[in-house]
Amino acid sequence: METGFLQEQKVLEGDLNSENSHQNSVDFLMNWFRKQSIFVLAYGTGCGAIEMPPTFTSRYDAERLGIRGAATPRQADVIIVSGYCSYKTLRRIIRTYEQMSNPKYLLALGSCTVNGGMYWDSYNTIKKLEDYLPVDMYVNGCMPRPESILEGFIALQKEIGEGKASSWQKYEENYEFYRKNQEAVLGKKVEPSYEADWYLYEGGL
Amino acid sequence: MILFDLLFMLLVAYITGFLYYGLYRNITARFQRRLGPPVWQSFLDSIKFFSKEESISHGWMFYLGPVIMMSGAIMTLFFIPLFHTGESFKGLSSYGNLFLVLYLLVLGALGNALAVGASGNPFGVMGVTRGLSRLFALELPFYISVIALISVSGSADIVCIAASQTEWNAFAYPLLFIAALFSFVGMMGQAPFDVVGAPVEVYSGPASEFSGKFLALLMSQSAIFTFAKLVLMVHLFLGGASGFVELLAKSFGLFLFVIAFGAMYGRFKTPQSIDFLLKVPTSIAIVGLILATWS
Repeated sequence: METGFLQEQKVLEGDLNSENSHQNSVDFLMNWFRKQSIFVLAYGTGCGAIEMPPTFTSRYDAERLGIRGAATPRQADVIIVSGYCSYKTLRRIIRTYEQMSNPKYLLALGSCTVNGGMYWDSYNTIKKLEDYLPVDMYVNGCMPRPESILEGFIALQKEIGEGKASSWQKYEENYEFYRKNQEAVLGKKVEPSYEADWYLYEGGL
Repeated sequence: MILFDLLFMLLVAYITGFLYYGLYRNITARFQRRLGPPVWQSFLDSIKFFSKEESISHGWMFYLGPVIMMSGAIMTLFFIPLFHTGESFKGLSSYGNLFLVLYLLVLGALGNALAVGASGNPFGVMGVTRGLSRLFALELPFYISVIALISVSGSADIVCIAASQTEWNAFAYPLLFIAALFSFVGMMGQAPFDVVGAPVEVYSGPASEFSGKFLALLMSQSAIFTFAKLVLMVHLFLGGASGFVELLAKSFGLFLFVIAFGAMYGRFKTPQSIDFLLKVPTSIAIVGLILATWS
């Protein structure tokens, strides 16, 4: 009888291994293509971003699994929120996430995205990422090593292949819930301010 | 009959182009001491991008740009014969000569510039500015070499140029070949002339605003266009081809050289690459032109 995190791991894997997906052949084929080719937005949002370069370069070589970096949100499938997430970054993450085209997935690294981690009582970070954006896959650890990130990607690929990774639909269906939470911490204007804003918004032209 | 020919040429270019692009990623990975993606990875990427939803609109020019690029690539392919012997797979080459192909080579860049200009993405505009200024420098040595070849073989017909080589033009006129090869490395978007789509510098350059189906179209376009350019170089300098095995062997050899060249060298800045192309390959091409047409 395994206890502790081994038991937890078993529960997680059991959920992944269950065969209860109902998808027609076209969906199955499209999901297979989506699974094989994952473009990751190269945007470091927290301290965990330091684990991403070794994941994508020669040492761990994520490209052999079809996972490669994308330069712009327009071309990306996956955004990684790598660790703690300050209010200032959250604005940018929301803007970036909404710029990505469907289907899109969100991978959260580290314990800070689960419950705030060691920043639990910080004055300028959020605690549960899930309240603000839908998460497809958590990779736990502080920080997760590149091996764990790769394992998280493989689990995500499995979910995509079975058609279960549908957080983008969840975001569209429950947009009011997410928007309410976002406005609670960021104020009415959730989008980040840019240098051009002074003449586009109040007080400007 | 000609319709069947054209469709078959398109199919060959599509498959071979994606195969070459996959091999490019795989071989570059081996240069960097990693395993690299499977050979069909680029094909999977393009199909996945076709299946993505669109969420942006920048007006009709933005939609038309990739179409112009695609039609430019396909027309270039159709006006270049696959083989210089026999009757089949000549495409439309009897209706247009090398001058037309040289015109069509830049149509893609033009479509790209129009679409990116309509999108207004600053990174895309930066990439296009770099691309167009580099294009002028690229064309000069290539055009000089091609003009020298035309005057030597006495015809602007690609089939005639390919057939008139007793020994390969690459060995008969090495200076012209070297000059054209510098341009060719740039046309294939390889280092040291890859400042246009330079990753981490201008994000994806001209492609940064394209997503989903546009990007998939761009990937297919680049695969077809790569094959067309390789076939053109094989016909101009490597003695043409009279069968599929010969064509694939010669074009793959050339492609391998370009990849290796790109993997070995660092990246020039835009002014550096224009400076270099206007000085070194152009001088080589002019000397080659004089030597080839002296008598």
